[in-house]
Amino acid sequence: MDLIRIKDVKKQYKNGVTAISDLNLAIKKGDFAFIIGGSGSGKSTLIKMLYREEKPTAGEIIVGGINVAKLRNKKVYKLRRKLGIVFQDYRLLPKLNVYENVAFALEVLGAKKDEIRVKTLKAIELVGLKAKIHNYPDQLSGGEQQRVAIARAIVNEPKLLICDEPTGNLDPERSMEIVKILEEINQTCKTTIIMATHDRDIVNKMQKRVLVLKDGRLVKDYEKGTYHNEDI
Amino acid sequence: MKIFRMLGRSIRDAFKSVFRNFSLSLASISCITITLIIVAVSMVASYNVEHFSKVIQKDVTMVVFLNNEITQEEIDDLSEKINSLDNIETCDFKSKEQSKEEMMSESDVFEGIMGTWNEEDNPLKDSFLIKVKDINHIKDTADTIKSLEKVDVVNYGEEMVGNLISAFKAVEKISVIAVVALIVVTVFLIINTIKLTIFSRKREISIMRLVGASNFTIKTPFIVEGMVLGLIGSIIPVLIVIYGYTLLFDHFDGVLYSSLIQMVNPQPFVYLVSILVIIIGMLVGMIGSASAVRKYLKV
Ligand SMILES: Nc1ncnc2c1ncn2[C@@H]1O[C@H](COP(=O)(O)OP(=O)(O)OP(=O)(O)O)[C@@H](O)[C@H]1O
Ligand SMILES: [Mg+2]
Repeated sequence: MDLIRIKDVKKQYKNGVTAISDLNLAIKKGDFAFIIGGSGSGKSTLIKMLYREEKPTAGEIIVGGINVAKLRNKKVYKLRRKLGIVFQDYRLLPKLNVYENVAFALEVLGAKKDEIRVKTLKAIELVGLKAKIHNYPDQLSGGEQQRVAIARAIVNEPKLLICDEPTGNLDPERSMEIVKILEEINQTCKTTIIMATHDRDIVNKMQKRVLVLKDGRLVKDYEKGTYHNEDI
Repeated sequence: MKIFRMLGRSIRDAFKSVFRNFSLSLASISCITITLIIVAVSMVASYNVEHFSKVIQKDVTMVVFLNNEITQEEIDDLSEKINSLDNIETCDFKSKEQSKEEMMSESDVFEGIMGTWNEEDNPLKDSFLIKVKDINHIKDTADTIKSLEKVDVVNYGEEMVGNLISAFKAVEKISVIAVVALIVVTVFLIINTIKLTIFSRKREISIMRLVGASNFTIKTPFIVEGMVLGLIGSIIPVLIVIYGYTLLFDHFDGVLYSSLIQMVNPQPFVYLVSILVIIIGMLVGMIGSASAVRKYLKV
């Protein structure tokens, strides 16, 4: 079963830049896929269209049964509740501690207090931050902050976790830890994961599906891929 | 229930935000306070004017003295004419003999003097005693009657009171204009306050969007914040109404200038005014914050 289906998608920004063209792609439930490509190849644009930050100029994007391209602004929240999103810059709230940052995602959905507590603790435990539950973001390392962001993204048990260069600011060791956590989430929670990255080592070690973008086009799609320099 | 949990969260957030940016909120709150004080005072004043206008209306009698040469036929004719005027509630004829009897029964001195008068000597005049429907137009009515034939003098003893009422009405008009102007200023101040809150919470808002908070959830705290500003701004006006008016009432024993001008009893009047003041304050806050949200919190 495909969780994501992308058909003939084109994205042209208002300034005339065409960031994605002729994109056709399907991603199965439970997949773990890397999106790689040079700077400006359209990775972030593709990811933004998946969570409907940007609308495709043409074509169709279906995510978990929702026609994202046709989704009205007012209904975007319905899509967002089905997915988790992680960025390079963590995007935590500095005045909230680890627990509160993760719980925030459930609180704004109006969840019950008990439910929030159980799910939040579970997510924090999954990313291995139980010991630092009361720390504030500025009391955490970059890798730890990213783990908080991941916990927040999965706390509502989404079907899909989208990551845009989650390891972009981290050293190789921390980066590997983050990817290991993502793999665990993929395996234990059956969460589909899409991760845009520049990190050659990670891609090579993980042996997952690799989608290669070049100038906005999908040029390669490896089932158990490695990072080929000649593709980029 | 989910909706109550969300609302509770909004209210908590709104209070937090008001006190976190207190210096900012203070400008809006002060403006609301001043506006509401004027609203409250105008409301109290106009309700009082309304109240004693009614009392006076029941009490003010216009006396129309008739020419001595008037015949019975002309009296009937005149009575008909007066009764056909718009503003006439009642119109009773009182002959000069009736007046004489009345005065004689009121005092021994009069009785001594008037007792000697026969019908021809009686210097008193026949008269109509008139009650009007609307005291505000008493002057027009008096003028109309005065212009009728065989009418000598028209008196409405409480002319003074009438003037007072029209003075109050003028003040009322001015205060309505002032209140409208102040409300406009207040709304703009609130828009500005909420705008700055929205900007200061951009990050939080963007994360809320990211994790799938509905528009209702994102917007409500800001709207509630406007209402909280209005609520806090109405505290002082409400205290002024409740304690100020009660003190004033007690000080004057509920009567101003003459016994005709009776103040409205403070209970439950001050509470009704207070509730209205709070509602107006929260409404103004809501209008301000709703327009800020519409403008600066695009979906
Ligand atoms: N909001 C925007 N408005 C206009 N052009 C944009 C916008 N965002 C991206 N672009 C352009 O679209 C192209 C693709 O950008 P995108 O951010 O998707 O690349 P990327 O693969 O994520 O690059 P990087 O690896 O540097 O993050 C680039 O040419 C970029 O300049
Ligand atoms: Mg990018």
